[in-house]
Amino acid sequence: MNLIRLVYFFVISLITFPVSAALEIEISGGSAQQIPIAVVPFGNAAISKENISNIINADLKRSGLFRILETRGMANLPTSASQIKYAEWSALQAQAIVVGNVEAVSGGRLKVSFQLMDVLKQTQLAGMDYQLAPSQARATAHKIADVIYQKLTGEQGIFASRIAYITKLGNRFALQVADADGYNPQTVVSSNEPIISPAWSPDGTKLAYVSFEKKKPIVFVQSLMSGSRNMVANFKGNNSAPAWSPDGSKLAIVLTYGANSQIYTIDVNGGNLKQVIKSSAIDTEPAFSRDGNWIYFTSDRGGKPQIYKVPVGGGSVSRVTFEGSYNVSPRFSPDGKSLVYIRNDGGKFRVALQDLASGQVQLLSEGSQDESPSFAPNGRVILYATKAGGRGSLAAVSSDGKVRQRLSESRGDVREPAWGPINN
Amino acid sequence: MLNQTKIQSKLLVALAASALLVACKSTPIADKPAAVEDKSPSAQDANGADTGGIKEVAIDSNANDSNNPLKDPNNILSKRNIYFDFDSDTIRAEYRPNIEAHAKYLLAHADAKTILQGNTDERGAREYNLSLGQRRSVAVKKALNLLGVKDSQIETVSYGEEKATPNCADEDCFQLNRYVGIVYAND
Repeated sequence: MNLIRLVYFFVISLITFPVSAALEIEISGGSAQQIPIAVVPFGNAAISKENISNIINADLKRSGLFRILETRGMANLPTSASQIKYAEWSALQAQAIVVGNVEAVSGGRLKVSFQLMDVLKQTQLAGMDYQLAPSQARATAHKIADVIYQKLTGEQGIFASRIAYITKLGNRFALQVADADGYNPQTVVSSNEPIISPAWSPDGTKLAYVSFEKKKPIVFVQSLMSGSRNMVANFKGNNSAPAWSPDGSKLAIVLTYGANSQIYTIDVNGGNLKQVIKSSAIDTEPAFSRDGNWIYFTSDRGGKPQIYKVPVGGGSVSRVTFEGSYNVSPRFSPDGKSLVYIRNDGGKFRVALQDLASGQVQLLSEGSQDESPSFAPNGRVILYATKAGGRGSLAAVSSDGKVRQRLSESRGDVREPAWGPINN
Repeated sequence: MLNQTKIQSKLLVALAASALLVACKSTPIADKPAAVEDKSPSAQDANGADTGGIKEVAIDSNANDSNNPLKDPNNILSKRNIYFDFDSDTIRAEYRPNIEAHAKYLLAHADAKTILQGNTDERGAREYNLSLGQRRSVAVKKALNLLGVKDSQIETVSYGEEKATPNCADEDCFQLNRYVGIVYAND
């Protein structure tokens, strides 16, 4: 399964089309224009097996917020700020330039340094040195891209974060974790029976998931570092849909016993089981609000599946989604202000984004069987599962709908993505 | 992490380095003897010894099928799948005779146990489909309850969309995946 390689395709950025003037009016926030940036090939780049400036370029480009300037034709390729001839770069219309250098240091380690410069003001915006094992080159490049992204957009970068997803190759299911750019996939757990519903602990050290390895759905929590795993919920009937509380101390889960799916909370060690609400309908897919006070969930209590909310300690239930006859899989944005979910829109299952204050809903995806939406930890991107060419694959869309990415794999199915937190 | 001897700290550095990348320890779950994938409901009907998704039960494939009403293709009891409409757990009228026949069988055989396995097509959310499959198995259980069958003879489980035929293109294909399989522990 490690051979599966995710490759990003940067598909569309509407704002790169010259005819998009009308669309630009709809763009809100600070990212209406792409920032022109030059990332100059680092000095002694070949010392590192991974080309650091190429990885930085790919990260920034994938975000859709940058216009990457071609440096190949430039007469001077500086590797430190003092070598920059700013006139040449402002002629290229660069607003920012990144220069850097790779050096071999003692113990077989690398020293990577970079500087991010403002071309107009000729001032340094960021600069850092890293000492690392050669195997950390990709991770370091992602960290540098995060610093650049944060300095130039004011938002937290997500390039050094990780994603989890399920693969199915033949009869083999695997829960995998990879870098946010799809590289370094590693298998967390694999089985001949289905694995579904991966969920990151808030600190990014553990994954909860549902495994059918004992011929029925059971909830596990597994440590990524040690590989040790605990059966958190193995009650009579189905055990599924784990969702972490924001403090990481408990899970909301769904149990059936002999009847319909109902929502419970349980401590991560398996103790303190409490039923949140009782109903005769399906209640499932719990998601904690960011303040930890509410559980949002999918229920068909009104006849069709819609999203509702209830206080964590139980109490009165109120409906959250009103448009459409099928709204499922709620997930909160990192700031807690919006909700992403899947809507059946005339037979097409698509990612919908709802602003919780205004109730306004925007359909973001364009597939027909889109599932499992998951916010990037900075809220800028939503990762989801889609179908392409008869196979499950992953896709991402910016939360403003302007930038789209496809992640496709060479073999098998990929599904149920979950974007991990930023852990520094 | 504490300060240790040089060798240990080197090891720690190496561990920390690999942790920084993607520190995951893989847990392979042992291969099971039988494949359980992509069995169409019709294949289950035609072959009572099918192992797709029903490995909780020990099926004796040596049973004399012609003497076993549950397997006799001419007996309504061999019709094990109850099909449903999209996002529905309503049992269609056409399946009334099947349910009545199975209720009658269970009432006549107090030691017989049935497992009702709910399934859905692949559209929509996996977790909701898991619940929907469960709801369908509960709907069949309730229908059997109404006819006098006790809960002790019935277990409800759901596979959601996990056993659905992948890449259905149309309703003809989707509908075959929306069913409750009536499985017996003592076939």
